[in-house]
Amino acid sequence: MKYQSQSVAKLYFIAAIGLFVGQILFGLVMGLQYVVGDFLFPEIPFNVARMVHTNLLIVWLLFGFMGSAYYLVPEEAERELVAPWLAKLMFWIFLAAGAATIVGYLLLSYSDLAKLTQDDLLPTMGREFLEQPTITKLGIVVVALAFLFSIGMTILKGRKTVVNLVLLIGLTGLAVFFLFSFYNPENLVLDKYYWWWVVHLWVEGVWELILGSILAFILIKTTGVDREVIEKWLYVIIAMTLITGLIGTGHHYYWIGTPAFWQWWGSIFSAMEPIPFFMMTIFAFNMVNRRRRNHPNKAAVLWALGTAVMAFLGAGVWGFLHTLAPVNYYTHGTQITAAHGHMAFYGAYVMIVLAMISYAMPMLRGRRAANSPRSQVLEMWSFWLMTVSMVFITLFLTGAGILQTYLQRYSDQPLDFMTVQDKISLFYWLRELAGAVFLIGLVIYVVSFFAGTDEPEVAEKVEVDA
Amino acid sequence: MSETFTKSMARNIFYGGSVFFFLLFLALTFASHQEFPKRDNHEALTPIVAKGKRVWETHDCIGCHTLLGEGAYFAPELGNVYKRFGNSTEAIKAFIKSRPVDGVPGRRSMPQFNLSDEELEAVAQFLKYASGIKTVRSWPPNIKG
Repeated sequence: MKYQSQSVAKLYFIAAIGLFVGQILFGLVMGLQYVVGDFLFPEIPFNVARMVHTNLLIVWLLFGFMGSAYYLVPEEAERELVAPWLAKLMFWIFLAAGAATIVGYLLLSYSDLAKLTQDDLLPTMGREFLEQPTITKLGIVVVALAFLFSIGMTILKGRKTVVNLVLLIGLTGLAVFFLFSFYNPENLVLDKYYWWWVVHLWVEGVWELILGSILAFILIKTTGVDREVIEKWLYVIIAMTLITGLIGTGHHYYWIGTPAFWQWWGSIFSAMEPIPFFMMTIFAFNMVNRRRRNHPNKAAVLWALGTAVMAFLGAGVWGFLHTLAPVNYYTHGTQITAAHGHMAFYGAYVMIVLAMISYAMPMLRGRRAANSPRSQVLEMWSFWLMTVSMVFITLFLTGAGILQTYLQRYSDQPLDFMTVQDKISLFYWLRELAGAVFLIGLVIYVVSFFAGTDEPEVAEKVEVDA
Repeated sequence: MSETFTKSMARNIFYGGSVFFFLLFLALTFASHQEFPKRDNHEALTPIVAKGKRVWETHDCIGCHTLLGEGAYFAPELGNVYKRFGNSTEAIKAFIKSRPVDGVPGRRSMPQFNLSDEELEAVAQFLKYASGIKTVRSWPPNIKG
């Protein structure tokens, strides 16, 4: 760690991991409710468990992005963070607001929570992923502004690198597009149209800039490849992201009362959305192959390569699977969507945050460059357990989705929704099993932070010329 | 990547491409707004429907159901539920009203929300309005949703 103020990242990373554990526990609850319908009913109905599961995901990823920014921006800018106290203060505000919101979901009925938080004054609740009370959303805006201030000022006053600029553009976009969560018209078509300006323009737009810049930073640090080369790749990748992804929003505008021209625009551009992810995979492997140093943190390199591969599979391949309008006509809103959502979020965003935590945490905890071999071995076990079980979660949900699409929509005698759900329950059981293995991987991940902390580091091997 | 393709060329593609396609996206959004009135069933958007949307939102219905394919995949699609229930708001109200408080042993069941008569009427009218939105190819593909 070169700058003292980078240490604020540690708080953010610890919170991120804690909330990640909560997210997975609620995921298992939901998975079980799919097959044992009355599990925890009526205390924790499915919609509440789902809100907790998805909102925890979003919040812990935001903690992860912020922690990553607080770690890498000073290092790139070659100066201390502007106002580290603000970063600490915002951490506690964000954590308190997040915790209060989750507790509200669990202890109150959602309609009571809406009443308590005066949702009628500025109604924004009750829309998927944006279920937070309006007051929480306002809190998120405050935290985001303070965060952008301290990151932006640090960059402005320090060395300006491409990694920093791209990260700043991504984070600014994140804050700007979140503002559309306050627009909730009575007209359902308009509501849905602009809801995607938060959801799609986040995960298939500006978040990919954040992903790209963090990945570039980790690769610069762990491979020692010339910054010029990495930055050129980064520009090309994020150019392709926005060139395909902006109009690619159209793949959400097929069946919600939007004009028919979106069928063409959406299909053509979203079909190209895998390109930047494929480039990211080539990029990561190329840089690691051309490395000028063998960084002792093997686990961090594994996560970095893993995120490149899994983001391509989850976001790229599984996205393409159902993105063309004639296919999507049958698959829209089925378990195919759930399959894609799981692998894409894990591959692109969970893994990049874990890659950054893996890279930065040893230094934040006072080590020179890497954890002990024992800790790294455990971490790599957790990598494989979580990643392989996520592959199986995705495959089982895909199986469920194909059957659901056929039985409910494609066959000559379409069946009722619930009849179909009963018929495909085997796949839900298998998904739950894979989810349990994921949890084991996550427990091992947490344990890895406490293993071999007193053991010495492995010295870096002198560079090998490949 | 080749040496003749420089970093500043890559940067220009990023800025130029992003700005161009964002403007194109705005233009397509403008074109969409021209067509919304033909499709969005706004004639049916009465105060009771608007209230129904609030009932829909404040009970987080989207946390289990899909509406025009968006939402959770735990419970049936509701974009065409009005038609599935025989074009009857009464049938929708009767269904919501009759949900058992403690659920159904071993099975998924919609919670009992204890809606007032006005709220019931509002949410049923909202679902009727939603079923009148003219989606391309009349999505969902069939009455089952």
